[in-house]
Amino acid sequence: MKQEEDFDANLAGEDGEAAETKVSWFKRAKRGILTSTKDKKDAPEGLWAKCPNCKYTCTISELQENKFVCPKCEYHHRIGSDEYFDILFDEGKFTELFANIKSKDFLHFVDLKPYDKRLEETYAKTDIHDSITVAHGKVNGEDLVVACMDFEFIGGSLGSVMGEKISRACDYCIGHKVPFMIINKSGGARMMESAFSLMQLAKTSGKLTQLSEAKVPYISLCTDPTFGGTTASFAMLGDVICGEPGALIGFAGPRVIKETIKRDLPEGFQRSEFLLEHGFLDFIINRKELKDKLSNLLVLFRS
Amino acid sequence: MPQLKNRQFLDFEKPIKDLYDQIEQLKLSQEKNKKIDMSSTIEGLEKTIIETKQQLTETLTPWQRVQLSRHPDRPYTLKYIEKMCTNFIELHGDRNVRDDKAMVGGFAQLGDETVMIIGQQKGNNTKTRQMRNFGMANPEGYRKALRLMKLAEKFNKPIITLIDTPGAYPGLEAEERGQGEAIARNIYEMISLKVPVICVIIGEGASGGALGIGVGDKVVMLENTWYTVISPESCSSILWRTWDKKETAAEQLRLTGTDMLQFGLVDDVIPEPMGGAHWDYDGAANILKNYLIPAIQELKQKTPEQRVEERISKFGKMGFWDEA
Repeated sequence: MKQEEDFDANLAGEDGEAAETKVSWFKRAKRGILTSTKDKKDAPEGLWAKCPNCKYTCTISELQENKFVCPKCEYHHRIGSDEYFDILFDEGKFTELFANIKSKDFLHFVDLKPYDKRLEETYAKTDIHDSITVAHGKVNGEDLVVACMDFEFIGGSLGSVMGEKISRACDYCIGHKVPFMIINKSGGARMMESAFSLMQLAKTSGKLTQLSEAKVPYISLCTDPTFGGTTASFAMLGDVICGEPGALIGFAGPRVIKETIKRDLPEGFQRSEFLLEHGFLDFIINRKELKDKLSNLLVLFRS
Repeated sequence: MPQLKNRQFLDFEKPIKDLYDQIEQLKLSQEKNKKIDMSSTIEGLEKTIIETKQQLTETLTPWQRVQLSRHPDRPYTLKYIEKMCTNFIELHGDRNVRDDKAMVGGFAQLGDETVMIIGQQKGNNTKTRQMRNFGMANPEGYRKALRLMKLAEKFNKPIITLIDTPGAYPGLEAEERGQGEAIARNIYEMISLKVPVICVIIGEGASGGALGIGVGDKVVMLENTWYTVISPESCSSILWRTWDKKETAAEQLRLTGTDMLQFGLVDDVIPEPMGGAHWDYDGAANILKNYLIPAIQELKQKTPEQRVEERISKFGKMGFWDEA
């Protein structure tokens, strides 16, 4: 699976040249409390999806049935929080937490576009609240709070809102004695929030120490891609750290490394298999087995 | 400090260089012609130098501050240690892979106190710059720093970190050995260290590479330094798709001490000698030492639990958002 990728553009708030930002064919009509799966995800008829890896073409509903894993080559399509919640939570039911926290252009940051305008456009385009969504639900009967990132929201970038939502999720998990999971999918820090975004690394780490002291299990799932600030903090701090097959995971992006060392990167560099081999992942989990393995793990922690 | 003839000057420091050159010229002609007394002219020029330095410092743009933070004559970590401390014993290695020369540390005496002092180290000529990897640590550097911090904690010694890095090294082996994990681990462990921790940005404070030794009870910046999530150059290349917008990026990022203090992201800004630390190493080290000694005493008044709690809550408050 050789795939040169540069998610800088996504971090800059553009769609970029990434193979795909997210498979998004359906839109949620109403968000939040107890949205049942069957009500909302009838894929429109006649839509087709092409695998960016093996070019296999199948219908959306077939792909969806297969948890957005290519039926032919097992390529894991990029999906968002909606899809992960549907895959993980029993009957697709969950309660969204802290949905009222929204990004703000405190610094009046202007690059090619003012940050507040970029935010407005992203809200209009994506129908999600921010680059992370937190939900409480049951996974095969086991309680779990999941904080899941959305790459389509400014490259899943780590800003104040992500830091605050993760912090509150930790408090919530300590209070309710519910295990915590973060599904990482991020290109790195939200530069438009400057040093505030950097400080989220320290902020969330502080909360994770409290979660750890309360003996609440914390699972980190690294999906494609997991980079920068996320890797340099909570993504690498799980009691259990796992990855999806083929996911790119690292601190510095491949482009930067290539420019620094001035030679090509080896095949498979920074893929989850590479991280497993070097001892940074506990295991790699196919998305089709994610739910069951996760609930088994939760049972082991609980009993 | 380099001798005058070996000094390097940034573009905007050129007026200062011109004045020094003029003085040199006058001194030369004075030697040739002893009849004319030029001492008053020289004195006048020396006064002008001070005024010029003062003026420059007052009107620095954010990008010029970034340039000053990288000034080739600027004092680095080992220089500060040499000037501030006695009996420094450098401790090497992470006990796993190797000794990372971009990160140094060890026990030292600061005033009456034994402290653990750790920081990134840059070189001052081609050879040492390479040896120090331009102050860009690998995972083993961060792990060495953590080992030393744990050692300090065990023997109840305060920790001082001196931050000066263009970033953690973005290399192939660095990734293999878990650069992200190393930094994450440091941040996580530092926030609950039982001893007082003071972090000082003495040069460049670039992103995770800086924060990897930057979580403390007090985080302070020297006057001519910067601290933010990305270097202005990389920010320009990503957000503006060109390398030419670094000045604009430096402005937009609000990366100076004044901004960071105003945002509550650092606790103090420490002044530097006139014109910048590179003009007076003793002066710069002295100002910092006089800040650190009472700061350590102040932190020692608190219990370890209090310090940890306050550290977590201080960082916990950072960020901005709207809440509907």
